[in-house]
Amino acid sequence: MSIASIIGQALVLFGTFFYAISSLGLIRMPDVYNRMQTATKSATLGSLGVIMGVGIWAVGDVGSYSWIPKTLIIAVFLLLTNPIAAHALIRAAYKSGVPLWEGSIMDRYKEVESSLKRVEEIKEKLEEPLQEVEINE
Amino acid sequence: MIEIYLFLIAVAVILSMYRFFRGPTTADRIVAVDIMTTLTTGLMVLFALYYRRAIFLDVALVYAVLAFVGVIAFARYMEGGL
Repeated sequence: MSIASIIGQALVLFGTFFYAISSLGLIRMPDVYNRMQTATKSATLGSLGVIMGVGIWAVGDVGSYSWIPKTLIIAVFLLLTNPIAAHALIRAAYKSGVPLWEGSIMDRYKEVESSLKRVEEIKEKLEEPLQEVEINE
Repeated sequence: MIEIYLFLIAVAVILSMYRFFRGPTTADRIVAVDIMTTLTTGLMVLFALYYRRAIFLDVALVYAVLAFVGVIAFARYMEGGL
């Protein structure tokens, strides 16, 4: 057992722990949004740990440094694309009308949409008299 | 030693499969598929070390790309833009 093997195994154990937490959150949480929140974050962190851990473990176990660039590419790709996929998916879930959990306190997206609608209504009211004046001329 | 990690990740995949079969809405099932693909990418990387073959890392990379594209396609379909 060299030092690289020990560090790699510790990282893989770390990642496996977060994998278990992500699947547990997927079962435990009451709502689509909470499930996505718990599962995606911990799965991203866990896959970073597992993949980089395998790269470092291979230095001590296989004896080759050529695994590290490949594992680094996979880890960076997952780190970039996993939040994007989660964001697109949860936005689609909101727009397709999945209800929130009944214990939810606030819904920011709805508040922002309603305030934007109110701003547009006020703008229309402000523009109406000007148009009438133009017609009268 | 590596068999223990493989077994733990497989157990996590099976636990998330519960949400896939049980989930009340379509979004729940797609969330479960997203998490299962992420876990499977880690499993493939561990299998590359188990069999001592670096070519399996490329398989894991291609699998991650295809899973991302698939999840985005499902999201667009649910939103109604596809």
